[in-house]
Amino acid sequence: MESFPYLSAVVGLPLLGAAMIAVISGPAEYVVRNVRAVALWTTLFTFALSLALWAAFEPGSAEFQFVERAAWIPGLGVEFHLGVDGISVLFVVLSSFLTLLCVVASWESITARVKEYAIAFLVMEAMMNGVFCALDIVLFYLFFEGILIPMFLIIGVWGGPDRVYSAFKFFLYTLAGSVLFLIAVLVMIHETGGETSIPALMRAGFDPKLQIWLWLALFASFAVKVPMWPFHTWLPDAHVEAPTAGSVILAGVLLKLGAYGFLRFSLPMLPEASAFFAPFVYVLSVVAVVYASLVALMQEDMKKLVAYSSVAHMGFVTIGLFTLTPQGVEGAIMVMLSHGVVSAALFLCVGAVYDRRGSRLIASYGGLVHRMPVYAFVFMVFAMAAIGLPGTGGFVGEFLVLMGAFRVDTRVAAVAALGVILGAAYMLWLYRRVFFGPPAQAESRALGDLNRREIAVFAPLVLAVFWMGLYPESFLGVMRESVDNLIAQARPEAALAAAGR
Amino acid sequence: MAEFPALAPALPELILLAGACAALMAGVFRPASGESPAAALCLAAMLAAFAAVALAPAGETTAFGGLFVSNPYTAFMKGLVLAGAALTLAMTGSARGRERIDRFEYPVLLTFATLGMLAMVSANDLMSLYIAVELQSLPLYVAAAFRRDSRRSGEAGLKYFILGALSSGMLLYGCSLIYGVAGATGFDAIAASVGEGAPSAGLLVGLVFLAAGLAFKASAAPFHMWTPDVYEGAPTAVTAFLAAAPKVAAVALFARVLMDPFGALAGEWRQIVVFLAIASMLLGAFAAISQSNIKRLLAYSSIGHVGYALVGLAAGGVAGVRGVVVYLAIYLAMTIGVFGCVVAMRRGGREVEGIADLAGLGRDRPLFAAAFAILMFSMAGIPPLAGFFGKFYVFLAAVEAGLYTLAAVGVLTSVVAAFYYLRVVKTMYFDPLDEPLDRPFDREAGLVVAGAAAVVLLFFAWPAPLVTGAAAAAAALAP
Repeated sequence: MESFPYLSAVVGLPLLGAAMIAVISGPAEYVVRNVRAVALWTTLFTFALSLALWAAFEPGSAEFQFVERAAWIPGLGVEFHLGVDGISVLFVVLSSFLTLLCVVASWESITARVKEYAIAFLVMEAMMNGVFCALDIVLFYLFFEGILIPMFLIIGVWGGPDRVYSAFKFFLYTLAGSVLFLIAVLVMIHETGGETSIPALMRAGFDPKLQIWLWLALFASFAVKVPMWPFHTWLPDAHVEAPTAGSVILAGVLLKLGAYGFLRFSLPMLPEASAFFAPFVYVLSVVAVVYASLVALMQEDMKKLVAYSSVAHMGFVTIGLFTLTPQGVEGAIMVMLSHGVVSAALFLCVGAVYDRRGSRLIASYGGLVHRMPVYAFVFMVFAMAAIGLPGTGGFVGEFLVLMGAFRVDTRVAAVAALGVILGAAYMLWLYRRVFFGPPAQAESRALGDLNRREIAVFAPLVLAVFWMGLYPESFLGVMRESVDNLIAQARPEAALAAAGR
Repeated sequence: MAEFPALAPALPELILLAGACAALMAGVFRPASGESPAAALCLAAMLAAFAAVALAPAGETTAFGGLFVSNPYTAFMKGLVLAGAALTLAMTGSARGRERIDRFEYPVLLTFATLGMLAMVSANDLMSLYIAVELQSLPLYVAAAFRRDSRRSGEAGLKYFILGALSSGMLLYGCSLIYGVAGATGFDAIAASVGEGAPSAGLLVGLVFLAAGLAFKASAAPFHMWTPDVYEGAPTAVTAFLAAAPKVAAVALFARVLMDPFGALAGEWRQIVVFLAIASMLLGAFAAISQSNIKRLLAYSSIGHVGYALVGLAAGGVAGVRGVVVYLAIYLAMTIGVFGCVVAMRRGGREVEGIADLAGLGRDRPLFAAAFAILMFSMAGIPPLAGFFGKFYVFLAAVEAGLYTLAAVGVLTSVVAAFYYLRVVKTMYFDPLDEPLDRPFDREAGLVVAGAAAVVLLFFAWPAPLVTGAAAAAAALAP
């Protein structure tokens, strides 16, 4: 069956755009204008392609679709092998969506080195889409690790005052985890006699003793990326120093890579080890949920608060994944998608007032509801979604995760539910301090409400939040078959029991 | 009447020899005024030799009564050596003038050294091995001290000479022990003698001395002491040459000696190579952190890279040798590119060597900085750049040979090493511009840097030519 090569297109188009931007030259103001236009059109087309991909996707099948294979590295059997299932197709849409918003959101706030900035973002988009489409383990690693280069430059060049430290911490921390993943990849290739295709490795059935080691090596990489407590310390630094759009991508997509790694590798390829380590993951995850929420409560910097709330939300994700129940895994993916939208939106919200005032401290704001009513409304929608209010995407995901957790271990579910309450506490308190009460001291300069460009950024995000909350079936329906298939691979006995029921 | 010896297998060496002699004559008898044609003649000889290597028939042939061997492995390595030598010689044309080392003897010396390297790669006897190593080393001692009015250059040359002579002594001592036990100097005869029965103590001691001598030439830790001082003290043009081709030749010879005559003793020499690899990787990673001079930093970095190449050698077998070959080829491309950048670093007409001198380059010279950054990320082994594939191949070989500890140490030291490569990127992109470097780029260096950066950046798109060539080369060495 020959169809349009969607996947090569979503990976290749941003690269093409980056190459075009690289050759733009001329007087400075024309360069800036042309660069922005090319970046906008490239990301817009890529997003449209990803939507077309979503529409063309057959939800009734757990098979990989739109598969493209081509010989790549002779002698190793490594192939250029792309394909998506019901899980990864949603993440392709998410990353294309957020990159488009980043380009629009950076329209005015980035004025220095616009050309390099646009190239970095487009290269990063190509690599993110590549990670989610890759069906060859070496190709996956290539994209997974390659993202570090543009992100390092984005934090380091366009970041805040302490950007150098944060960029190095981000890079080296993640690299240290990833190289152990590389060793695991090499061992897997060796054990299967040169097999590098991900679907084939899922059927490989590694020796349980070896699985333990492989699982730990994979864990080192994914736990840093997620990030799970206690490997999360790079995240608040990176978030605080990164420019707004960098934080958006970091929270919206890069954090999902770790969880996606668990989904794609740890669970289906190493089922025995995953079952063995599940309690360990639960403990780290509930600690993350409670601890990160408490830390978030005490933050004075809005970006740091959102960063710690990300750690807490990712705790839900890892709990859900390792319950290996359909509800838990679907819920975890739903939390990832909704957190991808909501945390991105919250960072954009912080960025909006930062662009106006140049401060991210909670204490320098207050009573904003009077001056910026539209902004206050938008912020409220995202705060409610972060809390998990019914009707928003956050609720669906967290509810499903807790349901899955209850079926496996009530204690985990109980402590995780506590995290939901703490989440409401820090978000509402943040909202009270920033939007209500008397205006803060340096209120001399009038703060304008959101302009048209910003509304154009926030409107689709608000829409997405409600869509996920009110009609989650359009997401759950796509992933269901793939999730069931994953659980069948990860827990053969459970699948048999379900079939007999 | 004695039969005329079959010289065809040594055609590249003969071309180089003729070219060097012609350049020497042209230099000596040139008219008092006018440009010396020596450099152009030497370059032409190298290109002709490269063509001879590329067009040589496949299959194994020997010459000079078995002293010299030519097969796909030697052909591939000679191609690398010649490319490295020719490009580093070509890109430093203007720099030599600035550094006041633009004498006709200079290209002639380097051509003789290159001749020695080719002979090293093809050596098939302990005698020819030793002569080739000395032919490679002696011109380089002179080249390191070529800037006669500089004390640093003189110091570098003297240090290089004394330590190099020591290593030659060890090499020779090892050779004599091996000859004493095996009763032969030819690699084939040694292999036959090694193959039968348990190895004697004398043979093992000889092997250790031989390995130490070769590790010295390849600057693997703990025989690396000369490297930082020589790299720093020698004129940049010479350092660029030293870092590229001689390294490849030394590792290629090391691999040949261990795999070919001593293949049966793999269990014994593997311990030595594992130790050398781990020591080199650790030293390359940690000692470079505190360096502020870019040439010294690259010296330690090159020690680390030799360590990674030796990981493949420790693994042995076809996969291991393939890893070594791929790694060396990629190392060569990165090193040539990086030194092309270093050659271009000057301010007010003078060379500068501090990492801090690169501050703000990303703003001032975006293309130069982008190429330099690509090369640095590649040296750190970050995908999708070429450096990653080099590491991928050697670590894959190590895992397949069961050397998990070695692979783990390798990847972890690569994280440490990433720190100092990133520091260079940080200086160029994150730090404010202090005082701009001179413009313009030397044209020849600019071309080489652009080419190297493009190769490193786009390698992932079409890796087939290198990896199939490397696989053929490895198959010729490791049956």
